Amino acid sequence: MFLLKLVLKNAFRHKLRAWLTILSVTIAILAFGLLRTVIDAWYVGAEESSPNRLITRNAVSMTFSLPLAYREKIARTPGVTQVCPASWFGGVYVDEKNFFPNFAVEPRSYFALYPEYVFSPEQQETFFRDRKGFAAGRKLTERFGWKIGDTVTLKGTIFPGNWEFVLRAVYHGRDENVDERIFFFHWDYLNESLKQSAPSRADQVGAYVVGIDRPEIAADVALAVDNTFKNSLAETLTETEKAFALSFVSMTEAIVTVIRLVSLAVIVIIAAVAANTMSMTARERIGEFAVLKTLGFGGRRIAALILGESLVVALSGGLFGILFTFPAAAVFRSLLGNYFPVFQLSVRTLCLDGAAAFIVGAAAAIIPIWRTTSIKIAEALRRIG
Amino acid sequence: MALPLSYSIRNLWTRKLTTLLTASGMALVVFVFAAILMLALGLQKTLVETGSYDNVVAIRKASSTEVQSAIDRRQAAIVETEPEAAIGADGKPLLAKEMLVLVTLPRRGSSKRSNVPVRGIGPGSLALRPQVRLVQGRLPSTGSLEVIAGKNVAERFAGAGLGETLHFGMYDWTIVGIFDAGNTAFSSEVWGDSEQLMQAFRRPVFSSVIFKLRDPSKFDAVRQRLEGDPRLTLDVERETRYYLKQSEMMAKFLRVLGISLTIIFSLGATIGAMITMYASVATRTGEIGTLRALGFRRGSILAAFLFEALFLGLAGGVAGMLLASFMQFFTISTMNFQTFSELAFTFVLSPGIAASGLSFSLLMGLAGGVLPALRAARMGIVDALRTVSEV
Repeated sequence: MFLLKLVLKNAFRHKLRAWLTILSVTIAILAFGLLRTVIDAWYVGAEESSPNRLITRNAVSMTFSLPLAYREKIARTPGVTQVCPASWFGGVYVDEKNFFPNFAVEPRSYFALYPEYVFSPEQQETFFRDRKGFAAGRKLTERFGWKIGDTVTLKGTIFPGNWEFVLRAVYHGRDENVDERIFFFHWDYLNESLKQSAPSRADQVGAYVVGIDRPEIAADVALAVDNTFKNSLAETLTETEKAFALSFVSMTEAIVTVIRLVSLAVIVIIAAVAANTMSMTARERIGEFAVLKTLGFGGRRIAALILGESLVVALSGGLFGILFTFPAAAVFRSLLGNYFPVFQLSVRTLCLDGAAAFIVGAAAAIIPIWRTTSIKIAEALRRIG
Repeated sequence: MALPLSYSIRNLWTRKLTTLLTASGMALVVFVFAAILMLALGLQKTLVETGSYDNVVAIRKASSTEVQSAIDRRQAAIVETEPEAAIGADGKPLLAKEMLVLVTLPRRGSSKRSNVPVRGIGPGSLALRPQVRLVQGRLPSTGSLEVIAGKNVAERFAGAGLGETLHFGMYDWTIVGIFDAGNTAFSSEVWGDSEQLMQAFRRPVFSSVIFKLRDPSKFDAVRQRLEGDPRLTLDVERETRYYLKQSEMMAKFLRVLGISLTIIFSLGATIGAMITMYASVATRTGEIGTLRALGFRRGSILAAFLFEALFLGLAGGVAGMLLASFMQFFTISTMNFQTFSELAFTFVLSPGIAASGLSFSLLMGLAGGVLPALRAARMGIVDALRTVSEV
């Protein structure tokens, strides 16, 4: 108890210095927390994937399509419950800067496979019935101020021309990690239009979403599907939705690595600042520690004093940092919502924040402890300033 | 009378550990700042150098990249008759009808896969790209299942080395040569005969038509005529601009990331400098009093402490930039969001980045030093002399 009181008194002996150090730890923990959340946002697609869904695409690459005829063949594979054609449309709304994902899907099977997109039943039914209709996420409609019944025109980059759609339904996510800025429309609308304008590109599907009975059979079903089309003109690559999402992440892995390294760098920077504070404090008080030693304080006691002071400062910085992360994440979400549809603080990030603050505090105390405990009493008392 | 600069420097030297810790904090900030700017510049430079100013690229209207584009043979043939195209040594126009598709290939030494652009080239393609040099093997013969690989692809992807085979489009393609196109996007591509590749992928359309202008200043006229031709649905762009556009999104992302991170970090490092400088002032109260008593003015004291802070910043800045300059030896390979394909590029250091890194660190030192220096300058002589080295 006495030791704790001594630690607290000493930690705030130089008010300005203590608060400045706390502030710098606060900033560091804040930055660290935000960077971790950016990395989480990168992986959110993989985290949110369902083990009951497989994605079948052309083995050559995403830019090649599969024939529509494959739908029936895939559906006949044992264990498959649903097969839904889906194509990346790549349409641009007014300007390229307004990017959002837009897909042509067969809506009934698609939304049966993706229960995380929640609709009101009436809106969903009107969307299903209107071939020119589209459904959009809540955030997307808020961003452009679209109302039910509005006509929206997308300029096709992959499928040339201006395409008109009518907003029929707005979905919201089942939980906070669901992307609410996607644009879905009828695959039939795309296909029928292509039959008119570019017959050679009709009846082609970007990828199939395959629903399966139970997750355990995923590997077998994937193999069975790929074997069906082996040595055909369009060989397939079937993988779980998670593996599919991770393959995108791995392509941009270098950037994730950079962000990871930088979030480590910020901890090192602040550890240097905090270590500096602690070593200054210890150097200035070397005489005082010598007096304590003379009074009979053991080396361990003194080490505990220094470590305690360092931890008090670092952990209070960490606490403030964690508290400020919440409003900062909210600001970040409103500013960069278009790049990161999902930006959610996780418990794991907060735990890592705490651990980082602890490490900074402990690391900062190492050099001062070593110096104070190794110096001889007489030498320390003799020293001035 | 001013205090000598050596006074400031030697004060830093006396407290080595503190100086080292504070400066290394700043060095890391400068390093992160410079490294991310270097990355963005490297990306941009790679894509800018890929294009040549005299070359014109035609792709399908509204399709922004070659991957999305499709030009049928009829339209390609119309562009081929373009009178503005330069004539090569063989008397034929310097023009190439090319196709570009993305093929997913596994990386070397891991099961991870990435998208590699495979370019189907015509007879004129090599003459249009003087930066492309064959470094090993030979060129693919037309009408055969042979391809050449860019050096970054050969290094990074399984089966892309000389003599190895890649499997795509139902055939095995033998790598008969490795080419080096310097720091350009071509080094991250695989090239083969366009007719063979079109057969293999069953994709009977070109992606782009590229030709060299006879007179580079005639670009606007050519563009107007081609885009206005009712038989064509094409977008026409100078090759330099076409590639520059592909780097915009990613370079902007990197710059925003770098600058916002640096601002946050620099606050931390500035506070570090401030703590150091306050301590430096506090431990030397008596000394400051003595200096004042000897006749040095407040301004001189202020200047001495400001210089000390600036030197601290400079030391951090130089160390950070030195560290960052080593990054130039690294090549980074990632997917470009805009083209959806793997691109390898290096960190590039420019005098501009070096200057901004150094001025940034000086600024951090200055911001950290102002308040402590003011405190030092405002001390009363008697109070300062009376104070026993405490604080």
